Amino acid sequence: MLTPKARGALSAALFETMRSSDPRVVDVEPESADDAAIALWALFELHYRGFDDVEDGMEWHPALLTVRHRLAGDLERRLRERWAPYAVEGRTAAEIGSELFAYIEGHDGPSLARAVQSSADADQVLDLLRWRSVYHLKEADPTAWVVPRLGARAKAALMELQFDEYGNGDPERLHHRLWERGMEAVGLRADYGAYVDEAPLEALEQNNAMSLFGLSRALRGAALGHLAAFEATSSLPSRRMAQGLERLGMAPELVAYYTEHVEADAVHEQLAARDICGVLAQEEPALGPDVFFGAFTCLDLEDRFATHVLGLWEAAA
Amino acid sequence: MSAERPDSGAGSGGEPGRADVVVCPGGPLLLRGDHLVEDAEGQVHRTRRPVSAVCRCGKSSVQPWCDGTHKVLPPKLRP
Repeated sequence: MLTPKARGALSAALFETMRSSDPRVVDVEPESADDAAIALWALFELHYRGFDDVEDGMEWHPALLTVRHRLAGDLERRLRERWAPYAVEGRTAAEIGSELFAYIEGHDGPSLARAVQSSADADQVLDLLRWRSVYHLKEADPTAWVVPRLGARAKAALMELQFDEYGNGDPERLHHRLWERGMEAVGLRADYGAYVDEAPLEALEQNNAMSLFGLSRALRGAALGHLAAFEATSSLPSRRMAQGLERLGMAPELVAYYTEHVEADAVHEQLAARDICGVLAQEEPALGPDVFFGAFTCLDLEDRFATHVLGLWEAAA
Repeated sequence: MSAERPDSGAGSGGEPGRADVVVCPGGPLLLRGDHLVEDAEGQVHRTRRPVSAVCRCGKSSVQPWCDGTHKVLPPKLRP
């Protein structure tokens, strides 16, 4: 993958210096939220698979870290401003797990899966798949950063979940491999990062929030709360997605990606809420509120993405 | 190495080990490991993942496994 298209003065200057052998601190104000988001996305990407036109050693270059620190701080502040602070009542892992499920269920937002199930046309669904692919091609990876930052119980439980995400040792069952097969089967590109230039701001923010939480030890509570909300809002929407794809006659490989998530995530949500988040917040009560912050952020960013996409679809109707 | 399973029965500190079968309040039954599960029609299903969730609300569309449907039931109808 090459560095993405710049979306303003900041990302243009940043990508130019990233590609050089001697990067400088870019001190340019973002021209827009899109400009800041693509810049941060590219800086985070250095920690995943990187870019063919950026030297691997740039991952920890202080000039780039300086820019990342500023943009990541801005993102965290913005996400926290959107959240109403929440005091955790439960004390045991079981109580906190139930509380987290109730918090997630109490959140109501627009559903893209319902629109795909009943009314979206094939072109609209292909657009959605392209935008979703930015994340699905690195599915579960942001959460993998959290593993070494946990105590034994939460760590073992997170690995139990992650092992299933990663195909239980079988590369063909790896979730992002299932996604690749689905994309190929409907004639879309499955190469890593293929559609990042098309991704709307809301999709970039979803990806950036996951990387921010995953890469920051201080935000491990938020990372795991995000995971729990993601898993707990996956099974039923995945069934609707599968039904919508079948309605449109789309390839069975793509349908299979979603049907896999119906069953897998019904397990994962229990592990995430009870054994991972519940245990973490019981053992480290100071992280409890951040678990709910992470869960809220997952739900809120999906609302924003869904509102944007449904708005496009309604305008076209 | 001991042949005894480290997670079975009482741990060294007298604490119970990690459970293989877990009842989730209002939700499914979690099964760890390989099992054969017979559904209400007498059909036998083999577990396919390290942890499986067995439906307890009776409303799942992928019996005998959980598909999260319990969450859209009124609290009184949840298991």
